[in-house]
Amino acid sequence: MSDFIRQSRDFFVSIRLTVVLLIMSMILVFAATLAQVELGVWGVQQKYFHSFFVMQEIPHTGITVPAFPGGYLIGGLLLINLLAAHIYRFKLEWRKSGIQLTHAGLILLLVGELLTGLLAEESLMRIDEGQTKHYSESYRQYELALLDLTNPSYNEVVAIPETVLAETGTIQHPQLPFKVKIKDYFPNASLQRRSQAPGTPAARATAGIGPSIAVIPLPLNPKESEGNLPATFVELAGTEGSLGTWLVSPALGQPQTVVYQGHTWEITLRLRRYYQTHTVKLLNFTHEKYAGTDIPKNFASRIQLTTDNQSEDREVLIYMNNPLRYAGLTYYQAGFENNDRTSILQVVRNPNWILPYIACLMMGLGLLIQFGIHLVNFSRQRSAA
Amino acid sequence: MIMKKYFPFIVLLLGAAFVFNTLRVPEQPTGSFNLTGFGRLPVLVNGRIKPLDTVARTSLLAMQGRQRVSTPEISQAFVQSPIEWLADILFAPNKADTYPVFKIESSEVLDLVGLSAADTKIQYDSSAKRFMAVLGFLPSTKSRFSFNQLQPKLAEIERQAQLAESVEPAVRTPFQKQIAHLREVMVLYQRLKHSLQLPDSPSFLTEVTTFQNALPAGVAAVRARQKGEAHDEPAFKAMLEMARRYEIMEKFAYLLAIPPADNEPSLTAWSNTGQALLETFATGSVNPTVMAYATLGHTWRSGQPAQFNEIVQLYRTQLTKRFTVPLEKSDLETRFNAAEPFYSSMTLYAYAFLLAIFSWLKWPEALGRSAYYLVLIAFTLTTAGILTRMWLEGRPPVTNLYSSALFVGWGSVGLCLILEKIYRNAIGSVAAGMIGFATLLIAHHLSLTGDTLEMMRAVLDSNFWLATHVVVVTAGYAATFLAGFLAIIYVVRGLLTKSLDTVTADALTRMVYGIVCFATLFSLIGTVLGGIWADQSWGRFWGWDPKENGALIIVLWNAIILHCRWGGLVKQRGLMSLAIFGNIVTSWSWFGVNMLGVGLHSYGFMDSAFVWLVAFVSSQLVIIGLASLPLNLWRSFRTQNTAS
Repeated sequence: MSDFIRQSRDFFVSIRLTVVLLIMSMILVFAATLAQVELGVWGVQQKYFHSFFVMQEIPHTGITVPAFPGGYLIGGLLLINLLAAHIYRFKLEWRKSGIQLTHAGLILLLVGELLTGLLAEESLMRIDEGQTKHYSESYRQYELALLDLTNPSYNEVVAIPETVLAETGTIQHPQLPFKVKIKDYFPNASLQRRSQAPGTPAARATAGIGPSIAVIPLPLNPKESEGNLPATFVELAGTEGSLGTWLVSPALGQPQTVVYQGHTWEITLRLRRYYQTHTVKLLNFTHEKYAGTDIPKNFASRIQLTTDNQSEDREVLIYMNNPLRYAGLTYYQAGFENNDRTSILQVVRNPNWILPYIACLMMGLGLLIQFGIHLVNFSRQRSAA
Repeated sequence: MIMKKYFPFIVLLLGAAFVFNTLRVPEQPTGSFNLTGFGRLPVLVNGRIKPLDTVARTSLLAMQGRQRVSTPEISQAFVQSPIEWLADILFAPNKADTYPVFKIESSEVLDLVGLSAADTKIQYDSSAKRFMAVLGFLPSTKSRFSFNQLQPKLAEIERQAQLAESVEPAVRTPFQKQIAHLREVMVLYQRLKHSLQLPDSPSFLTEVTTFQNALPAGVAAVRARQKGEAHDEPAFKAMLEMARRYEIMEKFAYLLAIPPADNEPSLTAWSNTGQALLETFATGSVNPTVMAYATLGHTWRSGQPAQFNEIVQLYRTQLTKRFTVPLEKSDLETRFNAAEPFYSSMTLYAYAFLLAIFSWLKWPEALGRSAYYLVLIAFTLTTAGILTRMWLEGRPPVTNLYSSALFVGWGSVGLCLILEKIYRNAIGSVAAGMIGFATLLIAHHLSLTGDTLEMMRAVLDSNFWLATHVVVVTAGYAATFLAGFLAIIYVVRGLLTKSLDTVTADALTRMVYGIVCFATLFSLIGTVLGGIWADQSWGRFWGWDPKENGALIIVLWNAIILHCRWGGLVKQRGLMSLAIFGNIVTSWSWFGVNMLGVGLHSYGFMDSAFVWLVAFVSSQLVIIGLASLPLNLWRSFRTQNTAS
């Protein structure tokens, strides 16, 4: 075996590496906790945990450099360290079974967390009493939606996600009779009436309300609570040439429409929607308080759950600590607004939700076995002494 | 040597007698007011049915940080018990307004409310006390003031408090904090005064009786006027005036003292005196409970204990029909308040600590056993206290920061008892005394914000998860702290005394290692259970919430200690330093994250404890620094080296 291979093997199986990585993860978690005051939970997750390096700007220069290993790097190295050490030193022994089980559980937990980071989708359903919805909305991702309003009983929708908008360029979709050309995209922008914002560059929009509006790009706001409002310039082009350029943004109140080949199309930039094969109707929302106080006792949404094929049509009560799990989704009571008339449900799709449960069981059992063995040995020694 | 033999039993008896004495119900002298019975009467405050006695104690703690109403100038207290103070504020507010119950320490606030040095200087009545004050053994300035002293500046206090409250609590200056707090407790005080009668009424009983008698004519006058017919104008005006007065009461009364009517299905639909009086316009007769309290007030002011006691008894009998369980709870809570089991335990832990320390110097067997007995008594007492709280609240042991302090202490002391049972070297008792005392002291300071039996916010309203996740995680905190304190004992004994021989050092090492294993198990399982709660309740196993991160850091740190040990990276002293650092990690997770004020878990908002946290962390760093001093500076090891 060459020296290099032996050295790297010794490096990856060493318990020193384990300790160093554990200390680094502790520092990372601690720093991330402090940073939450500034960045909010979502920002921190992106910067510290769902990254290979924590990038930090050198003050006053605008240059960002990797300041510390991120969650993926430390977690990945821990995983390699763990696997390597166990493969290298593996022995089938009763005495070691506890430790092995614990570590196997830990591997599963790390893998599970990685999968959750990659696969889980969280969205919100904001629903008024009496309203029926069959979609939930993303917290922060937007999409450009083109709706064919011609048929009064349903709308055809073509949605272009934010990531595609950010790349700009031309999109040709089989359901669209025209090409969609994304001329520019701002992830966060403020809109002002041209009359109130003199001196801004000439309008790029030629149709809709756009020509009278000035767009001022803003830096991305990392805090989830404060949010961003994107804006985009979109040119539609039919076979006989451009139909015009629209300014589209969720900050614009009125929907904008265009008529082409006898079809009316609506064009909007809205929070990304997740459509389900069932509908949720909010029958009523209750907000209980303890007698004589403002301390909330319970929030509950009574909903009607109806599947599109009518195979299910029932009432469900969603309340604190009691979510609805249906069709791979978890609906839970996240909030309320509008004087207790609007309920906010969080909708989570997490296909590997079972992994942490198995991991926990393995780790708990493993530690119990391990420390149980210690304890038995200890009391044997003492009774012998 | 007979003394030495029987000493532990004497200590055991003394300890038991001490506890017994706190549980004894004091006898009621004949011909005096039955204040105990009055204190047991239930009212609904902050969503919970509780005895008036609790209202009295928690209000005094919030206003002035202690339950005794007194001034250093007069050795006699103004009232004999908190409930007597409450009776005065409810029924004889003019008297209560002279008691010094508002604690003001900031000189800026004192200045603002117009209290000069002459007002705050203490005029001791004996020359011995004056001498002690000069030496600094007694305070020389007063910090508690009466309502009458503050009254001229009420408007200014209100204005300043409003200015202060426009600032976020976390970034308020000490002055802003104090003035906002002063206003808050003054509002509480005023609301208490409006709870059972109107403070400006010369005799509320007369007023209510007059109201009752005038009601038929008054209602007739109102109806006639509404129809535009001829009516009795003075009777109409009188009704209007009554309605105005009771609306004030309805708005301000703090206590929901009037139990729901017999036809009301909900047992928590209590109302306040003002609401009940306004309902009189519909029912035609004054609510009997309003009447009962008005009569109690009358008999209290006019000094008629026999009548007072009879009404207390009658009202109570009336309540037993529907409120059997709440009354049982109120009775027990009043006994619990009077016995102050956590305060007694604190005293016992302090003595146990001292005895155990001395056992290392002299009489190891006798003193060690005595300390063990005291710890055992204190542990039993705290267990009983925690169980009582659980029954009163109908909840698992840990529901807020206060109860977590109780439980961390309880868990650590429980582990110490096991260690002491195994090793019999008084180390367990020293640690138990230290941690038991410290956690109860922390709990005492956390109790100053008001009633510690709070209602659970909707998110946390799940007994199953409170009983599993919260209890297990808190047990993990307890074990991590215990490992840290055992390590401190190792460092202090080894460095400063010659008493850390090889046997003791090895025993301590095994103890710390064992407790770290326990801590790893509990903090890991507890953290993971928290994840499962999160997944069950909101579909997300892990959210990187600060409190979750805090728990994770404890798990990581315990894992680091174990891996360092297994990998041979640390020996005895290294293990001890790591365990002491565990104290820092745990205190951060327990209190530090609450100071950040972000995330789902920040319900236990904390304020000024930050200074204490910094002080604690620094002290632990100093001890770690001491632990890394070279071996020849350690008295225990130096002696051994020279000996060998």
